Amino acid sequence: MCLAIPAKIESLDQHIATVDLAGAKVRADTTLTPEAKVGDWVLVHAGYTITILDEKDVRETFAVLREMDELQKR
Amino acid sequence: MNRIAEIRKKIDAYWDTLLSSGRDDVRIMEICGTHTVSISRSGLRATFPKGLKLISGPGCPVCVTGQSYVDKAVYLARQPDVIIATYGDMVRVPGATGSLEAVRGEGGKVEVVYSAHQAVDLARRCEDKQVVFLAIGFETTAPATALAIQKADREGVENFSALLSHKLVIPAMRALLNDKDIRIDGFLCPGHVSVITGWRVYEPIVNEFARPCVVAGFDDEQILKGICEILRQLAEQSPAACCVYPAVSETGNLHAQEVIHETFDVIDTYWRGIGIIPASGLGLKERFSRFDADKRFNLPVFEEHDPPGCRCGEVISGKCIPPECPLFGTICTPREPIGPCMVSSEGSCAAYYKYDRH
Repeated sequence: MCLAIPAKIESLDQHIATVDLAGAKVRADTTLTPEAKVGDWVLVHAGYTITILDEKDVRETFAVLREMDELQKR
Repeated sequence: MNRIAEIRKKIDAYWDTLLSSGRDDVRIMEICGTHTVSISRSGLRATFPKGLKLISGPGCPVCVTGQSYVDKAVYLARQPDVIIATYGDMVRVPGATGSLEAVRGEGGKVEVVYSAHQAVDLARRCEDKQVVFLAIGFETTAPATALAIQKADREGVENFSALLSHKLVIPAMRALLNDKDIRIDGFLCPGHVSVITGWRVYEPIVNEFARPCVVAGFDDEQILKGICEILRQLAEQSPAACCVYPAVSETGNLHAQEVIHETFDVIDTYWRGIGIIPASGLGLKERFSRFDADKRFNLPVFEEHDPPGCRCGEVISGKCIPPECPLFGTICTPREPIGPCMVSSEGSCAAYYKYDRH
């Protein structure tokens, strides 16, 4: 249940972000990370962004994204 | 040498140091259910030195929720004017008189939501019904419930309420360390609980019990890094709270902590397998108490009980591993689960059944 997924904010309408979640466009509430802006990487849990991530850390820390990067390089 | 191989080399070196100091048995508890699933899925257990044991802790919210809570939810779901809104994991947990899934089959209204605020939206759409949100989960999930309650309060959605069973991880760690029947040498601390709390919250545990507390993320490399750091601390006899997961800061998400603080009081609460732990749960503050489903509905008293023969309680508290339960894989399977640890996708029994059965 504590699963949280890294995603990139594509657009922001007040506190509701549209994030790219591995290709899917999903709405996430940014009330818990009010400083989040378009282009930021965030962790999304239960419909809320719970932290802003450094892009380099995202690629280093989440195997799924590393694997997607590697697939894109092929 | 790739990064994983480098970490493994370090693990072997610290293990050798521990062996040469006469220590050949180390028990590390992963508290988070998501860690349990990652560890099982990756097959890591089989690759560790014999004597290095990873044991699952009380980190699956559905599993630690008392049976009386499930029975209350099922009772409410059977009331004709009630809609239950719940995270998906709760739907199949068997209660004394059936599961929410069974009630849905009887015509009861049980809606799965992925976020608490969807339950408030549902209540607004269904004004002639009472919508009860099943608010379970740890520090990671509690802010979403808090914001939903605040939204209902602000917007006057009076047909919304929450059946609360939110829990706090650190009091459970302390309860396990105080239990003489369980030996834990170090904790792999939950990554996403710690996003909210920050990693320094584990310092009092380290100071009181001298056990390493290391926060890690969820892929293989993160878990290996966390285990490596725990072994280093044990080998060098220098227990500390620290973090190898870049998503987690020292102090955590202060906004999330604030909404928790605004909405909830810390209360004593019941954990399956452990019992009542003082100051380990969240109850609504007085100003929000009209959204408390326990108070809104005239609920009968439900007793705590476990399904006969089920050892979920011992699995949750690290006293046994799933294959040691006589029901595991025989009459208790993911298709027909007896206990919650086999129901939840994050339950230890489900993870062992799927990945670690042999």
